[in-house]
Amino acid sequence: MGKGMTVIVKTIARLIAGFIFLYGLYIVLHGHLTPGGGFAGGVIIAGSFILLILAFGAQEMGEKMLYRFTAVFESLGALSFLLLALLGLIAGFYFFLNLFPKGTPLHLISSGIILPANIAIGVKVGAGLLAVFLALAATKFLMEE
Amino acid sequence: MLELYLLILAMLASALVAVETKDLLASAISMGLVGFAVAIMFVLVQAPDLAIVQIVVEILSVIFFAAVIFRTTHFDTTVGKGIDREVVFPAVSFFIFGTLFFILSLYALNDLPRFGEPIMKVANTYIREGLERTGAGNLVAAIILDYRGYDTLGEATVLFTAVLGVLVVLRKVGRR
Amino acid sequence: MVLFLACILLFLIGLYAIVTKRNLIKIAIGFCMMEYAVNLLFAFIGFKKDALAPIIIRVSQERNFVDPIPQALVLTSIVIGLATTALLLSLIIRLYERYKTFDIKEIRKLRG
Repeated sequence: MGKGMTVIVKTIARLIAGFIFLYGLYIVLHGHLTPGGGFAGGVIIAGSFILLILAFGAQEMGEKMLYRFTAVFESLGALSFLLLALLGLIAGFYFFLNLFPKGTPLHLISSGIILPANIAIGVKVGAGLLAVFLALAATKFLMEE
Repeated sequence: MLELYLLILAMLASALVAVETKDLLASAISMGLVGFAVAIMFVLVQAPDLAIVQIVVEILSVIFFAAVIFRTTHFDTTVGKGIDREVVFPAVSFFIFGTLFFILSLYALNDLPRFGEPIMKVANTYIREGLERTGAGNLVAAIILDYRGYDTLGEATVLFTAVLGVLVVLRKVGRR
Repeated sequence: MVLFLACILLFLIGLYAIVTKRNLIKIAIGFCMMEYAVNLLFAFIGFKKDALAPIIIRVSQERNFVDPIPQALVLTSIVIGLATTALLLSLIIRLYERYKTFDIKEIRKLRG
């Protein structure tokens, strides 16, 4: 699992991974208008990184750097979701109050607190599942040393 | 409705294959087939949100299973050398329990509203006032992030704890 | 009604894998199958005949939707199922490293 795959797979992975990331970002950002939302988009974003790791081999992608990077992003996502919920408690009167302006319906920037909450959850789920994949599939096991 | 019945047949057949076959990689792939059939059934029951999440989660599940199988044994499962005596008692007691469970569930499922005619008491309020109160067009997202946002907070906590658990169990133990 | 019973059947196949199989990977597959069965049952309960998916496209459209509440409940359940499967697989990897087999009968014999 440390070495990569053949040249064909590497070329195609390099071309496609950017489009998969963009598609995941589209599903997260339009979560309040079309089906999808934070969870589906987060898993797709993790999928684009997993494609690159599987095609190029874990040694070349630098697993140690990816561990620290995913830990930071996962904690950021969880903390910002909690902060959005607490904003309702501080500025309004109860937890999870939808206090951002609601805007015109069916536009992109509308619907109060739902858009930032979707982004926070997308970041959190994506980073978390990437960390789980690295731990399960890309590190060397104890018995292979 | 014909497609739903055919998909259910395919799902049950591949579930039996996944449980009984000797090769571990084949059972992981049959598991993937069960998940895909479930995702297509979500589309046929008019739930596109669930179909997207189910397909990507299913693909990740099969990748995890295949990663574990490739890293540990390439070989087949170590059981399956005829019928051994240790498994007779659990199998018989399971069949008795299973038949009882199935018959009792017939009575229980009769009390649910019929398939295709749900009682939508609370949901009618959400459908009528959802767009003005929350401003979101996707009613499912409005429910999970505005009306029932506390449940999403709980789910984010569970996910965080599970990821933490995996990283702690699979830590590289260093011998210095 | 037949569709509900098919979900219960899938649940029972998963339970059969957990109770009678001796290989750890088959037990993990049984857990996965039980979760899929329960999610499918919830989605079937919320279905309404000849209704549309609960997404509003134009503000003044006729709103004949399926029930959105079971869909909201199942959405989080699917992702939690993935997390549980990952945790189970990590424990299985540690067991394999220690005892070099997937067979629960062998693992029960070698203690300490």
